[in-house]
Amino acid sequence: MKRYLFVLRKPPHSGAQVQEMLDIILTTAAFDQHVSILLLDDGVFQLKNGQNPESAGMKDTAAIFKALEIYDVNDIYVEVESLQERGLKPGGLCLPVQEFYRKDIAGLMKRFDVVFAG
Amino acid sequence: MKFAIQINASPYRSNAGYTAYQFINAALAAGHQVFRVFFYQDGIYHAFKYATPPDDELQFTAQWSELARLHQIDLVVCISAAQRRGLLCSDEAKRQGKQDNDLAEGFRISGLGQLVEATLEADRFIVFG
Repeated sequence: MKRYLFVLRKPPHSGAQVQEMLDIILTTAAFDQHVSILLLDDGVFQLKNGQNPESAGMKDTAAIFKALEIYDVNDIYVEVESLQERGLKPGGLCLPVQEFYRKDIAGLMKRFDVVFAG
Repeated sequence: MKFAIQINASPYRSNAGYTAYQFINAALAAGHQVFRVFFYQDGIYHAFKYATPPDDELQFTAQWSELARLHQIDLVVCISAAQRRGLLCSDEAKRQGKQDNDLAEGFRISGLGQLVEATLEADRFIVFG
């Protein structure tokens, strides 16, 4: 068993990227590995409350994040500065997250065997 | 050291795939192993056998096929990423009621489980693109 950290930096609804990264995350979790997610930069928008993508004919990818719990993916980390720079607060997200300051991100990454850039 | 590689970018959108190719050659020359190369997202565009660039340009797909032949490297194309983008091997095309056979020599089509296995087997896993 390895410890995986998936680092998501892209906003939702930017092509197939998010869906395809979620497929990797779900497959890794289905292999009974320890899976965590770090949202950086525009990646913090992934969990923003009040998205209405269906109205634009797109998939509700935030709903897939909410289903991660079923796969024992419970650790979602968010960079404090990424939230602040975009005027977001943890309360405005659709899942509970653990906040890390930018200076502590490198230390967080050291806890994992595989840091997966997404 | 045993490496696993993932390539996410198409050959004409960025240099990521070619950088991965050069990295793999350098790693092999230094005596390392490459357990698997996994083509995902737009990286699957490396595996189209009918890609026909002009003669004076790099022949990306042919280079990968040659690399697989010379070093027995496992080049795996993700089935779901490939199907989304219209890359079908003949078996898969038949299953879908379509006629197609796009997969270049040396590549094979399989699922994301092969990627997870590669990350578990390898000492180092590197994503390009």
